[in-house]
Amino acid sequence: MSLPYTAEMMESIKKVEAGRAARIGFEPRRMTADEKTALLQAFHPDYNLDSFEEIKVGPNAGQKAPKELVEILQGESRIKGMDLDLTNPDYDVDVLVIGGGGAGSSAAIEANEAGANVMIVTKLRIGDANTMMAEGGIQAADKENDSPAQHYLDVMGGGHFANVPELVEKLVCDGPIAINWLDKLGVLFDKDEDGRMVTTHGGGTSRKRMHAAADYSGAEIMRTLRDEVYNRKIPVVDFTAAIEIIKDTDGKAAGAVLLNMETNEIQIARAKTVIIATGGAGRMHYQGFPTSNHYGATADGLVLAYRAGAPLLYQDTLQYHPTGVAFPSQIYGALVTEKVRSMGAMFVNVDGEVFMHPLETRDVAASGIIRECKERGKGVPTPVADGIWLDTPMIDMIHGEGTLEKRLPGMLRMYLRCGIDMRKVPIVIYPTLHYQNGGIKVGVNGMSEVENLYVAGEAIGGIHGRNRLMGNSLLDIIVFGRNAGQQAGAKCKEVELKELTLSHVDDFSKTLADAGIEPTVVSPKLLPDYRPEGVTRLN
Amino acid sequence: MADMINVYLYGKKYEVPSNLTIMEAFEYAGYQLVRGCGCRNGFCGACATIYRIKGKNELHGCLACSTKVENDMCVATLPFFPLEKKVYDITEIKPTQQVMMQLYPEIYACVGCNACTKACTQDLNVMQYIAHAQRGEFEKCAELSFDCVMCGVCSSRCPAGISHPQVALLARRLTGKYIRPEAKHLTTRVEEIEKGDCKAMMEAIMQKPIEELKELYNTREIEK
Repeated sequence: MSLPYTAEMMESIKKVEAGRAARIGFEPRRMTADEKTALLQAFHPDYNLDSFEEIKVGPNAGQKAPKELVEILQGESRIKGMDLDLTNPDYDVDVLVIGGGGAGSSAAIEANEAGANVMIVTKLRIGDANTMMAEGGIQAADKENDSPAQHYLDVMGGGHFANVPELVEKLVCDGPIAINWLDKLGVLFDKDEDGRMVTTHGGGTSRKRMHAAADYSGAEIMRTLRDEVYNRKIPVVDFTAAIEIIKDTDGKAAGAVLLNMETNEIQIARAKTVIIATGGAGRMHYQGFPTSNHYGATADGLVLAYRAGAPLLYQDTLQYHPTGVAFPSQIYGALVTEKVRSMGAMFVNVDGEVFMHPLETRDVAASGIIRECKERGKGVPTPVADGIWLDTPMIDMIHGEGTLEKRLPGMLRMYLRCGIDMRKVPIVIYPTLHYQNGGIKVGVNGMSEVENLYVAGEAIGGIHGRNRLMGNSLLDIIVFGRNAGQQAGAKCKEVELKELTLSHVDDFSKTLADAGIEPTVVSPKLLPDYRPEGVTRLN
Repeated sequence: MADMINVYLYGKKYEVPSNLTIMEAFEYAGYQLVRGCGCRNGFCGACATIYRIKGKNELHGCLACSTKVENDMCVATLPFFPLEKKVYDITEIKPTQQVMMQLYPEIYACVGCNACTKACTQDLNVMQYIAHAQRGEFEKCAELSFDCVMCGVCSSRCPAGISHPQVALLARRLTGKYIRPEAKHLTTRVEEIEKGDCKAMMEAIMQKPIEELKELYNTREIEK
């Protein structure tokens, strides 16, 4: 396959190559706090006020959220007008876990460990989740020069001090315990011959605490957790989405209405405790951004919880990963792991100039790239979208030939499939919608403000403040997934369910009507629709 | 705009732009995917696909999300394949050759046809990692199989009925848990946390007023 770059791109590469040797060993200046603030306000998509709207009803009424999120939060229930019999549930369990990613699986394993009868429902397959796609690594302060307190400082600073301190405390103090748990389950972390974890920096870390399994870190964790779920014979009901939370007459969470994604059959699950582990929202394509997220990332859990009365936190803040693929088209928006920069690759503009430190926090790095392209006009033009060079050949120059292949096999494969050998030529990147910083508000016990409704993983808001650091998401799904499973697994023993009801769904619908809001969509969204427009088809 | 080419989705002819992936071609043709679509980026194995170019014998295995369409491509998806996963307790099994004989004895019926390797969507040497598993060389099996996305195309082609991805997963978990050396710094830190040794430092930093915390953050030393 011949290199698919245009002649114009090849000209620019000459400038990138000319400066490469001089870049080895050179560390670009990091921005001051004031410079970062000014950059974010001018260029970060979260500050693009036109793309936000006020939420009109519910616990967060009066606050802002992305327009697309407001639309589904104020959407019409999929069961509107249906009279469902809740007295003969199809499933009756202690703990119902909604979502089969890393958080849901961790929660299910711990609930099972606690002796609870636990079941997972997931709208695709177990493992079809952002966890599977997390490439770079997982943070934890387990080296001698590091400490949970040091990790805490990085998390708070990275999140612009908006994080909920108690959640961060849990995250960092349970971090090494989470790594140990995974290690004992048999996750193949990168270790040296003495067993020491090979750890690197991520953007905004002050210590090298990024543990990895090559660049399949999330996949390696996910397939191990999935295997453990199967070994424990935890029932997994796949291709089944939760479309409403069911409560009991005391107003406590008591199950969910389920939808078979293939047959459209509606089923009822009754549960003493419910854990929402539905993940993120990349497939909402906020502000028209491409996304690095898996197919089902449509913020379902936020809709379910909100209708059930649970407040959200920081629903107006999203993470745009600085290095999404800008070219070629078949992998547009896909993630290029931050580990590529941890290992030395730098951002270079069309003129071959380094314009910022490669390891600023993600929000700052993304904003810097947007500025370089939009304001300074120094982006690299491609047939798909303008972007910035990420100078990947630097990696083998710094660490020796063969390093990129060994430490970044997934990235190398992804680009080789497109005819691009990233060991030899740089790649073009641009920010991609990556992570939902906000989500459902929880306490340290993982419970939302609806009794017995727990949340785990990306659906939680508050852990990461207004910006998450690399490697803290894999950590949070394990720490807060396990936590939710332990808490829900213990709590279910004292729950006495009353009669089941969906009156809150009707009430929410009435509230919308009273506010003069006519829903424009049904929600939760469940899946995006990528079929071409302008075609006449039934439904 | 890209050129238009012909593809045959489950045998039915559609004209699609040549720069699409197979998955995008399905969507372009009007399919709303539920099965056979996961991460859309080559990591989850949901979109295992088999194709032939019309008029040619060779059968290819690939992931629909990361393979471009070609003219006259005749495509069938494999959104599910019945892999046989054996249930075990990871804390009780041991990394001995016997464990494979007990759980996956069919690997010893491998006829060496190499169809698994030829079909692998990740270009892994599947037959070789099964050979390592047969000999109880779990670490080698783990290394060779590490990039497996468990799509199951290998197993669909196996005359011996081997569930290669499950064998490899067992080998990796055995390697991770029992064969790779212990991370002593991790054990030490976990003990410190459990004893409460990290509490005082945490309390100290959490009590700091926000301005002081900001100052601490902005001037913190960054490991080289």
